[in-house]
Amino acid sequence: MNIFKTKLFYKYSRNPLSVIGLSIVTFVILLAVFAPLITPYPEHVGPFTDFANKSKPPSWKYFFGTDKIGRDIFTRCIYGYRISLTLGIVVLSIAAPIGVTMGLCAGYIGKKTELVLMRITDIFLAIPALVLAMSIIGLLDRPNLLYTMIAVSMAWWPWYTRLIYNLTRSIKTEGYITAAEIMGASKIHIMFREILPNCLPSLLTKITLDLGFVILVGSSLSFLGLGAQPPTPDLGTMVAKGASLLPDIWWYSLFPGFAILIVVLGFNLVGDGLKDMFDVDV
Amino acid sequence: MSTSQYFIRRVFISIIVFFGVSIVIFCLARLIPGDPARIALGPFATKEMVEQYREALHLNESIFIQYKIFIINLFQGDLGISTYTKRPVLVDLISYFPATLELVLMSGTLMILIGMPLGILSGKFRDTFIDHIARIFSLLGVVTPSFLWAIILMLFFAYLIPIFPVAERMDERLTPPTIVTGLLLIDSLLEGNFKVFADAFSHLILPALAIAMPAIGNVARLTRTNLSDVYDKQYIEFARSYSYSELKIATKFALKPASIPTVTIIGLDFALMLGNAFLVETVFVWPGMAKYGVEVILAKDLNGIVATVLIITFFYLIINMFVDFIVLLLNPRILKN
Repeated sequence: MNIFKTKLFYKYSRNPLSVIGLSIVTFVILLAVFAPLITPYPEHVGPFTDFANKSKPPSWKYFFGTDKIGRDIFTRCIYGYRISLTLGIVVLSIAAPIGVTMGLCAGYIGKKTELVLMRITDIFLAIPALVLAMSIIGLLDRPNLLYTMIAVSMAWWPWYTRLIYNLTRSIKTEGYITAAEIMGASKIHIMFREILPNCLPSLLTKITLDLGFVILVGSSLSFLGLGAQPPTPDLGTMVAKGASLLPDIWWYSLFPGFAILIVVLGFNLVGDGLKDMFDVDV
Repeated sequence: MSTSQYFIRRVFISIIVFFGVSIVIFCLARLIPGDPARIALGPFATKEMVEQYREALHLNESIFIQYKIFIINLFQGDLGISTYTKRPVLVDLISYFPATLELVLMSGTLMILIGMPLGILSGKFRDTFIDHIARIFSLLGVVTPSFLWAIILMLFFAYLIPIFPVAERMDERLTPPTIVTGLLLIDSLLEGNFKVFADAFSHLILPALAIAMPAIGNVARLTRTNLSDVYDKQYIEFARSYSYSELKIATKFALKPASIPTVTIIGLDFALMLGNAFLVETVFVWPGMAKYGVEVILAKDLNGIVATVLIITFFYLIINMFVDFIVLLLNPRILKN
């Protein structure tokens, strides 16, 4: 089946914003994947110094200017996308399965399981996500990228539990679930083979929207110095470093900041497009 | 269910959740590898000192007894000593939290004052130029990290066009009012000191706006959607046929039902803003929880970290209760379920 000729794709492509979003996301992913080929100074990614060219404003030689020790900010932004995208994908591949499993169990099994699982979820939802992630990093060892990923995942799974729980509760009253029960299907089968596939449109939409927001929270943490440590080219860290040099060296914080904005915007537009396309509410 | 039953139920649930949060954060603080005593005393402390410290903090007891002691102390206002500042954690919180509270409350006000009208304009003039501008504005509000908003606002309104101050809570040349609530706006008004009030207010605007931007976007988007739905209802047409003015229809007949979903998610927006406060405070050198929170985290000060999470959660739960009561006022039908 040619995906470009399906009805769903037609529906998606009718909205110019969704198409723009998809282009942004594709573009950013390509940049991240082919970073060594695209960037003018790949050697600037590590602990490189070139004091002759330090704090240069944007020019044709350095699109986004250079930082305090003469590294090209454009190069580091592109490599920063690698970190951000990895963070988004890793966090959601931890948080979504945990949340989905808990949501399915709570929604389908019900009774005490529901009570316990949903109370735990409520407790985690009662702590603002960024604050929870921050404190988990604080309780772990020295901040690094891996801990950021763990911390954000721990703050993120409850949203998936909530979403899947609500969907499961409405799906489980459907006729085909009763039919499967009468045929003696196991609980696991009903949850993962009957209910889960019907949650996929909502789940996919939520994951797309969240990719942007996880990147946002991840860069917020590294902005506070609780993420990837230097010399890793992390977008949030770069904004933080530049913020202390305002207003003179404005390019150091603004360009990495806009780089974050672009990728979050891209995923958000795609997510909104999927929401309209599948006609779901997340 | 009567209104008072609803109140009691709501307060009861919040208390349970707060206990749950305290258990979760306490367990995280105790179960994560590493000896809290060793962390507090540093690598050069002798074995005896560590042992003494463990004994003093009941770290040798089982985790249940430790939690019991923790909760009893919590109710007596004793959150332990911060190993980072060497002061009681409660004293630290009293000196840092009001600044953050004032900022977040101001952001909440801005969120309503800007987000709602923006959403109303958008919903009223659906698919016109005004609507497009408002929607782009809200979208950018949601997807832009609030620390970037802070930097942009600072560059434009503090450096390029210097109409607002760059940092801190008030001009250091002014004498601060005596601390009653810790909120400068209220304290200065209590003293009748309008100069301080105006100064504190101008210091608040930029950081509060930076914190509020994502929430403004959320509120505007949601208000627009709901208002658009309500505008398709028959009673709006009915009101038009009675020749009520469009302004009155928008603000009186359409807004109330349309605002219910918006108000319901305002609680969530506060969670967002409480997190964002940590980012924006860093940019504006605000003497609030961000500075304290990040420093205790980097210093691995367990008491400080636990207290930071608890006070933020406590405030968030109170806000949520408050929001639920407003929803009840707007929509008394929820008592029936």
